[in-house]
Amino acid sequence: MAVGSLIFRLILIGFSDDLNLGSRPEVATPVTSLRRLAEGYWLRNSSMSPYSGSMYHGSPLLLHVLGPLTIKRVEGLPSHLFCSSIFIIIDFITAMLIRATGQKLMSTNHQSLQRLNLSCVQETMGCTNVGDLASLIFLWNPFTLVTCVGSSTSPIDNLMVVLAIFGACSGLPSLAAFGWVIATHLSLYPAILIIPVILLLGYGPDVPPSKLFLLEKSGESGSDYSSDKTCSKQRSKEGSPIHLFSWRPALCFILWSLIWSSYIFFLSFISLKEFGGLSEMMKKSHGFILNVEDLSPNIGVFWYFFAEVFEFFRSFFLIVFHINILFMLFPLVIRLRHRPCFLAFVYIAIMSMLKSYPSVGDSALYLGLLGLFANELAGDTSANRILSIVSILGSNEVPPGTNMNMAINVKP
Amino acid sequence: MARPYDRSLLLILVLLLCCDGVRPILGAGGGGGGEEEFTEELLLKPLPDKKVLAHFHFQSTVPPSDSIGRHHHLFPKAIAQLVKKFHIRELELSFTQGRWNYESWGGSDPMSNINAKAPGVELWTVFDLPPNDIDENWKGLTHALSGIFCSSVNFLESSTAYSAPHWGLRVNSSSMRYGALPREAVCTENLTPWLKLLPCRDKAGLASLLDRPSIYRGYYHSQRLQLFSTGPTGIILDQTLTVVLQPSVQMDNIPNSYDRFLQPNWSIMSMFKKKVTGQCVLAKASTIFIELENSLAAEIEKLGCGESWKNPAFELSVKPDRVIRELNSVEGKSGSTLYEFKVVQYDKYEHLDVGIKWKLPLVWSCPQVPFLASRFLMGSGNERGSIAISLRPTQSLEWFLSDPQRCTVRAVVFQVVPWYVKVYYHTLQIFIDGKPMPVTDVVEKIRVSPSEDKVSPGSLEMMLRFSCVMSSAALTMDFDKGFLHIDEYPPDANQGFDIPSAVISFPDFYSSRSYLEDNSLEQSPLLLKRQKKTVLQSYTEVLLVPLTTPDFSMPYNVITFTCTVLALYFGSLLNALRRRIGEEERLLKSKDPKLVGLIPRILSKLKGRTPESCQSASPSSASSKPASKWLFKVVFVAVVAVLWHFYFNTD
Repeated sequence: MAVGSLIFRLILIGFSDDLNLGSRPEVATPVTSLRRLAEGYWLRNSSMSPYSGSMYHGSPLLLHVLGPLTIKRVEGLPSHLFCSSIFIIIDFITAMLIRATGQKLMSTNHQSLQRLNLSCVQETMGCTNVGDLASLIFLWNPFTLVTCVGSSTSPIDNLMVVLAIFGACSGLPSLAAFGWVIATHLSLYPAILIIPVILLLGYGPDVPPSKLFLLEKSGESGSDYSSDKTCSKQRSKEGSPIHLFSWRPALCFILWSLIWSSYIFFLSFISLKEFGGLSEMMKKSHGFILNVEDLSPNIGVFWYFFAEVFEFFRSFFLIVFHINILFMLFPLVIRLRHRPCFLAFVYIAIMSMLKSYPSVGDSALYLGLLGLFANELAGDTSANRILSIVSILGSNEVPPGTNMNMAINVKP
Repeated sequence: MARPYDRSLLLILVLLLCCDGVRPILGAGGGGGGEEEFTEELLLKPLPDKKVLAHFHFQSTVPPSDSIGRHHHLFPKAIAQLVKKFHIRELELSFTQGRWNYESWGGSDPMSNINAKAPGVELWTVFDLPPNDIDENWKGLTHALSGIFCSSVNFLESSTAYSAPHWGLRVNSSSMRYGALPREAVCTENLTPWLKLLPCRDKAGLASLLDRPSIYRGYYHSQRLQLFSTGPTGIILDQTLTVVLQPSVQMDNIPNSYDRFLQPNWSIMSMFKKKVTGQCVLAKASTIFIELENSLAAEIEKLGCGESWKNPAFELSVKPDRVIRELNSVEGKSGSTLYEFKVVQYDKYEHLDVGIKWKLPLVWSCPQVPFLASRFLMGSGNERGSIAISLRPTQSLEWFLSDPQRCTVRAVVFQVVPWYVKVYYHTLQIFIDGKPMPVTDVVEKIRVSPSEDKVSPGSLEMMLRFSCVMSSAALTMDFDKGFLHIDEYPPDANQGFDIPSAVISFPDFYSSRSYLEDNSLEQSPLLLKRQKKTVLQSYTEVLLVPLTTPDFSMPYNVITFTCTVLALYFGSLLNALRRRIGEEERLLKSKDPKLVGLIPRILSKLKGRTPESCQSASPSSASSKPASKWLFKVVFVAVVAVLWHFYFNTD
């Protein structure tokens, strides 16, 4: 199946000239567009700052990695082939990381249930292999396909986010820090993932909440839980498990992220030494994301609003819109403290809806990660509710999109 | 009478000494004289497509002076102050309506090369200032000019409207600023202040010919102001007005097939509905020229008619005072002919009505630019497109080149695009004879300053070099259309946005005319100007780019809509976080099983209020507590509101 999706991608690349996905606003945003990256690379090659003009808003490091592949060749193979094949590999790696994360989640789940003598729950519910499921969902998601074939750098962002989660799940602070730092460097918003990543490193992957036992205890009086009776009786002897926050990996993570970020800054500094330097980079990449300067249509809610809002309210609404993402961080942490992986998923979902230049590539990531929680979502009600809200809001992305289509198609 | 004698003596002295130290003395001597001069000239030229070009040229000069607040008796004071205040070295401002037809009106003779301008307003200035102060002065200058000429030149103040070409427009012009407003309409309101700069305005002299209905009826109308200010020469102000008119065909004789090919007869009276009633008394010289293009002159010569003003081919209505032949260096070809008429001999009682009457049908063509440039848009939709510039060689290319087989031609493209047309410069493709060529083979030099959103326009200066045996060259560049804020759209946004003309110059080719009688030409600035060697350049079309327009009528709808989406997100997520569903379910189960859902409750209420009776006792006792809570909340909000009001009022 996984190989099938890769072959399907290769076939689609053959038609990508006709599909012309690279210039679709749903696929390529001003931050992730590969055409803009090619322009930045061209500017850099003609000894100008890649950020001169308002074309390129990505990382200077991507220019070095992807830039040489974007150069047009007069004859021979089409230029986009190299980039697209790189994106296929990146998608595959992302899927494998999701699979590994899923397996890790399953094994910890299994362990914790066994430790609680709850393994019979698992047997009765019938557990699917979430790793395989999630990776296949990710690989066959049309959004992922479109993002991979259409030229956009969001597969790299997604890979870094998944890498951070994987690293945190498997208790590798250096890897998690690497993924988190690069993802933040590329698209700023993954910065909020520092909370779930630290929680993951501190508490370990998702476990059933300790509250569940209290609930189960009080639920014993009821007649509904007859099937679990034997299990619950066993469990009541054990008492609630105590999950202690282990500071060591968390501190390791912070140290590593400091090292990685200084490394990234150093590389960027070398890359932009002759030009504007780091201040220009911050202004043109992260500043551009925060200021919403480009009002071209995308599937988010920002552009049409800021195209029509009165100028004197602009800064106020910029703060309001961005704070919306930050506002829910701590309530969600309090509620989903015991499920840092699911917390990361919710954060990614919120991010992909409320970011200033969203694309289908961002939705592809959280829809892919959704498969990881297939077992939990079957039972846990609070997570279910949050998911339903996320999906409602996912559908909310559509109206601005249709607006955009109206704006583009209806010609005077 | 003694003054010229003195000056010639001084000149001899200078020549004898041959020393630089004497120069300031001469300069002071000239400046002390304070001779401001004014000349007026009119050049009329028949065009091959039965139209007539009329070119008015007024020149005012002022010798250098040190004092700033001095009065001028001929030179316009506003302009002198402008030059002093903004440290202008050179300036050109043109108001143009209509497009110069390069194919039939020519492009390589000095007349069309200098006077063909881009539609709308075009302004370029070279400042005599250090680079840091230029932008500040440019802004002041645009405001001053818009005040003087009653136009929207002040729109060029914004940094999104002007650019600083380095070598695209002229060689080595780092202190230059260039701006263009392609949509600016030109009308009498711009002409009237322009005429006010003339000492006689339009009351006397050649300017009195400027009958508004006649000149605005033309096919092309370009009103220009050119300033040169250098230390030794003082300020030279050239005001030119170029119009292309269609003379009305007099239907006095029966039009037969022979007459159809005949050029229309015209005179000043028939074209301008006015007559020349003497010169402006303040003018040093007042001259009218009729120019016959060199190919036309050759045609006439072929018929065996000399340069006389009355010959079998045509007849001038007035005897010219002088006939000036162009000295053509290229292989003995006949040059153009100029018939000169001095206005000074005529007055109110004896009008000068210069005209031409054709007797034989003649076909000729004007000398064209080596490459005809045109620019167009490709692609569809409101998201993206591409700009293409195509160059086609004309026959005149061979005339310019000695060896057409082994040669290369250089062309410099200068193009400014507004920021909302986001050009991808890496997509530059060059096609020679329809085949794509590697960019590095053709582009010799390129300078790009990419556009920055809402800050600066993108400008492209590019030097191309290609073989002159090619039959067509085209270059394309992709662009994305930007989206503007609702306030940034002009009043009629659906009309589209104009991209100013690109300037294509050919540094290998020059336009200049040389005349036999050199000493007498000093009287005429018009002819002196034509003798100057200038690089050939031509303007392309203005492009109209339609941009997507938002719904202007309902910003509030968009704001409320978006805020609703955000509120939905916020509210529902908060609700999901706050509620404990498992506990609620348990609570419901522990309560009366009848009160499960909302709908059954409503249904039961509608039926007969049966469940209410069993619970009637409990809410009455419990209601006092929520009521007090409510009251507390209301009081709290009121207190906060009062405090808030008080706090802000004291400020």
